[in-house]
Amino acid sequence: MSEVKKIATRESYGNALKELGAEHEDLIVFDADLAGATKTGTFKKAFPGRHFDCGIAEGNMMAVAAGAASMGLVPFASSFAMFAAGRAFEQVRNSIGYPHLNVKIGATHGGISVGEDGASHQCCEDFALMRSIPGMVVMCPADDVEARAMVKAAYEHKGPVYMRFGRSAVPVIHEEEGFSFQIGKGEVLRDGTDVALIATGLLVAEALDAAGVLAKQGISARVIDMATIKPLDEALVLQAARDCGKLVTCEEHSIIGGLGEAVCGVVAEAGLPCKVRRVGVNDEFGHSGPAGALLKQFGLCAEHIAEVAAALMN
Amino acid sequence: MTEKEKKLLKIAACKIRMGVIEGTHAAKAGHPGGSLSAADLFAYLYFKELNVDPAEPKKPDRDRFVLSKGHTAPGLYAALALRGFFPWEDLLSLRQIGSHLQGHPNMNLTPGVDMSTGSLGQGVSAACGMALAAKVQGKDCRVYTLLGDGEIQEGQVWEALMFAHHYKLDDLCVIIDNNGLQIDGPVDQVMSPYPIPEKLRAFGFETAEIDGHDFEQLEAAFNRVRETKGVPFAIVMKTVKGKGVSYMENQAGWHGKAPNDEEYAQAMAELQAALAELEAE
Repeated sequence: MSEVKKIATRESYGNALKELGAEHEDLIVFDADLAGATKTGTFKKAFPGRHFDCGIAEGNMMAVAAGAASMGLVPFASSFAMFAAGRAFEQVRNSIGYPHLNVKIGATHGGISVGEDGASHQCCEDFALMRSIPGMVVMCPADDVEARAMVKAAYEHKGPVYMRFGRSAVPVIHEEEGFSFQIGKGEVLRDGTDVALIATGLLVAEALDAAGVLAKQGISARVIDMATIKPLDEALVLQAARDCGKLVTCEEHSIIGGLGEAVCGVVAEAGLPCKVRRVGVNDEFGHSGPAGALLKQFGLCAEHIAEVAAALMN
Repeated sequence: MTEKEKKLLKIAACKIRMGVIEGTHAAKAGHPGGSLSAADLFAYLYFKELNVDPAEPKKPDRDRFVLSKGHTAPGLYAALALRGFFPWEDLLSLRQIGSHLQGHPNMNLTPGVDMSTGSLGQGVSAACGMALAAKVQGKDCRVYTLLGDGEIQEGQVWEALMFAHHYKLDDLCVIIDNNGLQIDGPVDQVMSPYPIPEKLRAFGFETAEIDGHDFEQLEAAFNRVRETKGVPFAIVMKTVKGKGVSYMENQAGWHGKAPNDEEYAQAMAELQAALAELEAE
């Protein structure tokens, strides 16, 4: 069997911007001194006249992007998730969210897999922050194919969008051929009836592996790729709750305020008899280390997902 | 500027001041002090400077105005109403449920408002984004933004000014309403932003220092704005907070307080007398 291809979704972001930029003259890109890391540099190389570095001033960048959007351009504003969603939260809330301006935020280096830089740069709060802004679409792709399709969907969408991309290379799990992406729609990657693993971002691949582990234990696990965290595909969540009665949410984010809590809210309000467990970063900060080792240490891996799911069976 | 033109601008400014008093009195809330200090500027912008059309508020090549000091919305609203963007009576609905006149400007509700503002320091950034976009799009329009002198304590303002100079936004005009007072007292006692023009020049701006209640000085400054190429322009205007209402002038306490019925009557009497005098000239 050939080795699985691995690509970081930030690479996909840069490549998609370049492709879109060739088709759409109204697409402009802002970055905050991180074009090499966020990969907007790929766009800059192709369209230098439409890439604007804002320097290390993320708050200004977000409000500048808002002003540009008010003129009819479609700005993509990029930084690390920590600074895009964290540092610039209030600018995103007041200058982009409140006027519902057509700004796309491409936030890279989300989650604990930032690795060696440590907790100051490991943003595990961005879903929570961005979900709380009315009208904001919040997404996180599982792989290269989905990430590129997502960036295109974000361009087509009218209104503010937050997309989180990862630093580390992750397995490409989707086939390019025939793939289509729709904002607000989850995707069943593997069917199952005992438990549903609802995952986003790099934990989708881990959830697929976990389903393989569970199968060997005689447990049938459904795997759902929930690339859109808001608006959540509530129908798909409720269907999984009805069919399986047990859900495990998987996200590289705090268990507070992210996909897990969004799923809990939907299931609880529907009054379904359903058990939910949240795999994510518990109420603690990360620390430095290689990404792979950190993900394992924090239980953001197939083994831990499988353990949590298996424990739910009893 | 002809004497007639000046008289008409003075009349417009006086009516804008009346609108500020009427709106904040009806709302029993709002920010009269900074609305009154900028009333002459609002009159100049909407009756002389800006290329805008009340019949087509979203005209693509219109000039943009961003009220970065968004709390002085009562002044902006009065200017927009007087210019015909919406009925004057709407001013009495300021801050009420169902009104398009929010406590701070909302671009999606109020005709003529180009950017939603209110959180200080952000409007100037948005104005930079507009000026940059106009360059990218090859649009022939200018962008104006008004900041308070307390507002420039926000670090983001200086990020925006750096950006404006870096990208040579010469269609951007930054105006600073230097009325010298903020909520907690005189700006130099709260957190001194002085010297303002020197700081702006250090950030690469061409500057003009004027009396913000003198229409001839306003005209001279805006003429320089249009002639300046390659760098952004900033106008620092010395003003009197609460200008035009005797008991509000130079009183920090009138930053964010509405006149009661008695104070309303006195303010309107003063402004009506001023208006009558202007009209009799």
